[in-house]
Amino acid sequence: MKFGVIVFPGSNCDLDAFHLIRDILQQPVDYISHQTADLADCDAVILPGGFSYGDYLRSGAIARFSKIMPKVAEFAARGGLVLGICNGFQVLTEAGLLPGALYRNDSLQFRCQQVSVRVENSDTPFTNAASRGAVLKIPIAHGDGNYFAPPELLQQMEKNRQILFRYTDEKGKTRIDANPNGSLDQIAGVCNETGNVAGMMPHPERAGELILGSADGLFIFKSILNHFLSKEAVKHG
Amino acid sequence: MAEQSWRQLGLTDQEYAMIIEQIGREPNLVELNMYSVMWSEHCSYKHSQSALKQFPTSGRRVIQGPGENAGVVDIGDGWAAVFKIESHNHPSAVEPYQGAATGVGGILRDIFTMGAQPVAFLNSLRFGNLEDARGRYLFDGVIAGIGGYGNCVGIPTVGGEIYFEDCYQGNPLVNAMCVGIMPLERLVLGKAVGVGNLIVLVGARTGRDGIHGVTFASEELSQASEERRPAVQVGDPFLGKLLLEATLEVIEKKLVVGVQDLGGAGLTCALTETAARAGSGITVELDRVPLREAGMHPFEILTSESQERMLLIVEPDQYKAVEAVFRRWELSPAVLGKVTADGQVIARFKGEEVVRVPAASVSGGAPVYNPEAQEPEYFKRLASLDPLDLPAVKDFNKALISILSSPDIASKEWVWRRYDFMVRTCTVQGPGGDAAVIRHRESGKGLAMAVDGNGRYVYLNPYLGGMLAVAEATRNVSCVGAEPIGITDCLNFGNPEKPEIYWQFKQAVAGMAEACRVLEVPVVGGNVSFYNEVEGEAIYPTPVVGAVGLLDHYEMQAKSAFVQEGDIIYLLGAKEVSLGGSQFLKKIHGQLYGKMAGLNLNLEKQLQNLLRYLISEKLLQSAHDLADGGLAVALAESCLAGGSGAIIKYNCTSRPELELFGEGPSRVLVSVSPELGERVKSIATESGIPVEEIGIVQGDLLQITSGSDSLIEMKIALMERAYREVFTWIME
Repeated sequence: MKFGVIVFPGSNCDLDAFHLIRDILQQPVDYISHQTADLADCDAVILPGGFSYGDYLRSGAIARFSKIMPKVAEFAARGGLVLGICNGFQVLTEAGLLPGALYRNDSLQFRCQQVSVRVENSDTPFTNAASRGAVLKIPIAHGDGNYFAPPELLQQMEKNRQILFRYTDEKGKTRIDANPNGSLDQIAGVCNETGNVAGMMPHPERAGELILGSADGLFIFKSILNHFLSKEAVKHG
Repeated sequence: MAEQSWRQLGLTDQEYAMIIEQIGREPNLVELNMYSVMWSEHCSYKHSQSALKQFPTSGRRVIQGPGENAGVVDIGDGWAAVFKIESHNHPSAVEPYQGAATGVGGILRDIFTMGAQPVAFLNSLRFGNLEDARGRYLFDGVIAGIGGYGNCVGIPTVGGEIYFEDCYQGNPLVNAMCVGIMPLERLVLGKAVGVGNLIVLVGARTGRDGIHGVTFASEELSQASEERRPAVQVGDPFLGKLLLEATLEVIEKKLVVGVQDLGGAGLTCALTETAARAGSGITVELDRVPLREAGMHPFEILTSESQERMLLIVEPDQYKAVEAVFRRWELSPAVLGKVTADGQVIARFKGEEVVRVPAASVSGGAPVYNPEAQEPEYFKRLASLDPLDLPAVKDFNKALISILSSPDIASKEWVWRRYDFMVRTCTVQGPGGDAAVIRHRESGKGLAMAVDGNGRYVYLNPYLGGMLAVAEATRNVSCVGAEPIGITDCLNFGNPEKPEIYWQFKQAVAGMAEACRVLEVPVVGGNVSFYNEVEGEAIYPTPVVGAVGLLDHYEMQAKSAFVQEGDIIYLLGAKEVSLGGSQFLKKIHGQLYGKMAGLNLNLEKQLQNLLRYLISEKLLQSAHDLADGGLAVALAESCLAGGSGAIIKYNCTSRPELELFGEGPSRVLVSVSPELGERVKSIATESGIPVEEIGIVQGDLLQITSGSDSLIEMKIALMERAYREVFTWIME
């Protein structure tokens, strides 16, 4: 399965995603420049974390206009798997490929720490390797991770099972003090209606080895791989 | 030239006379500005040079010692570690966010200028009292600035230290350190070599920010300092990151022969230093410098400290390739001129020659001063006071909680969770331990790093305090199992023209140098920051040591947390402790005086060797240096880090507060699996290191008894709140 990691000017978690996919997941992976006009040979695309274009205007607001983004939209419309992590999530919401928006953290401070997230829907290409209700330990590192969606949209997302992860305590209980950024309904990750585009504030690429504090991030990458392999099996079956 | 011109620019009459002698005529206004910035204390080290000669700067691993943008140390298998620490105190005092951010940006450029991939930031910070609103503003602004730059460029901030003393109230210390790794063969220096080679400027446009930043950094702070806000530079981490990527790419492709970043003293420094180092000359056209605003005077162009700029020396036939790389990163390089053979730095502007000065005179021609040194009046007086004359303390639980919740000792998680300490996924030990550890994927090695400095100790006894700073930084690195391979230092002092301050400086440097010699760690670079005074009141003399250590394999690192019930706790090393200059004396009695415990450097060295051996043989479960707050605080910290309790039986032979909270060097707390206890004991004894079994890891209490007396009995959960929540209470 071929992964592509998009590199915007200012991306800085591109190498971490690349390393995890190549060295831990052991799958082919390429960097894809924001100037590239083609995603032809990718089976899944990662929009990594960082500060695209310095995030000077608003996180992700400039990157959504880059040359690669219409290609990402086309890729997604064809059913391609797209995962936005942190700044990548922000870019996808700015581009309208994911619902909602990400505001400044309610603390008004950057937060880098391990958090626990509960898997809310395990029937997606990004979560199928975990069970529903499973609690994953994955770190966050962001200043703008405060998820928001208007009430009608949120209701619709709930109905469509578009909430993928919620911040909880280590036991999987939602608690105000387990919410690191003030996100609405403790939302840490969501997907689009068709389930093939997902965004999450926690960094699964930083949780791929126990020596880094957790290997739970592998659930997300293994899910993507499972999904691809089962699709291939159907195709060839 | 009018007399006031050079005086206003911070030059003395004698210095002005020296300039005339060196160039054989009066300098024009542009040249005078160049001399002013390059002969400032910040750039010329004119008051510190002679003392700094005491530092050992060579060693079997040293590739590049002081004098370049950063030090370079061989870590084996064709790789090198590159590191440096630098101060940004004055800018941070008037504009904390930008002052700190540009401090980080500046030290970052120093590392990648050499060709190294930056892998970690550390910092050493000092602030005044947080009860004061200005103190909180500076503290919060500096932290936000460090995070703002470091988080954006994607280099993790993995460690540091922070202390609070009234003497830093108007003059905070912001010392930023960066560590990089590179293949040895990639090393590139800041030399303008090869006559006819092109002088290329790339990065941000040049504006009017930061003009005379270095002269501002070379004077005392006062009410009027607020007006120097324009001398503070403004950082653009996004541009910094593009510049980092593009510069490393042209170095990796061997497209450049010399690289120099533009920091203090801007273009003036970059042109004269690169030429002086190579013994060459440079001719430039200032009209070709891309400007941010119209109407800039040549002296402004030459002394602007606009950030995110690099100077490259490029062979003419490589220029097209260099340009292509930078264009791909959306940067536009500009060819300013050429390398010449005549040793002169010549600048033309609008067709006229506005500068013609010898490079070696501007960079390197400044006078070297040996100011008068005099022991301050307080020195003997404070040493003669004995903390044990103070009334005895009865409630040690209360004392421990009080110390654990003091901002100096309390967990700094409130601070470092605002820094991205994980990006690059190489941080195998982050902030909060004795030293941070960064793995190097390609070689499997680990780099350990720590910064340490104790202004209280150095104030009481500069010579001993200087030695202690080196001993503690290297001990911290040894505590995670790494061999100290080099240090970088940032020497923060008051006004060196005052004999008492210069005495502190000379003594501290002598102590540091002695410790470096015995411990066999070279100083490979650093920075001196004088004039840390507000309205004539100096800070405590605060030398800060950044130590870098090497682990053959990063998985072999040790941590400070107690991890397993039943493990035996040993105290290794020296016995001598004192309450002189201690946190106990500060927090409980509000005092700073007394004599500190002495340092036996040979014992220190053997202790560090022993520690590394025990860790490499996998004999230890944890190792933790005893520092501020002494044994009781070290025990509490190891308990808190591991979430487990400890039962300690300690035979107090003197006053319990001395035994519990007394501080002394060369002491380390380790925990060991019971079956390995005897082996550890016998190895320590054979190595000549005193070893004492003091208790076991157990339960959820920290219990310390002496004979039948209970000294401390406290729930870990209770300590946890005192230790972890203090900054939230103060700041929010």
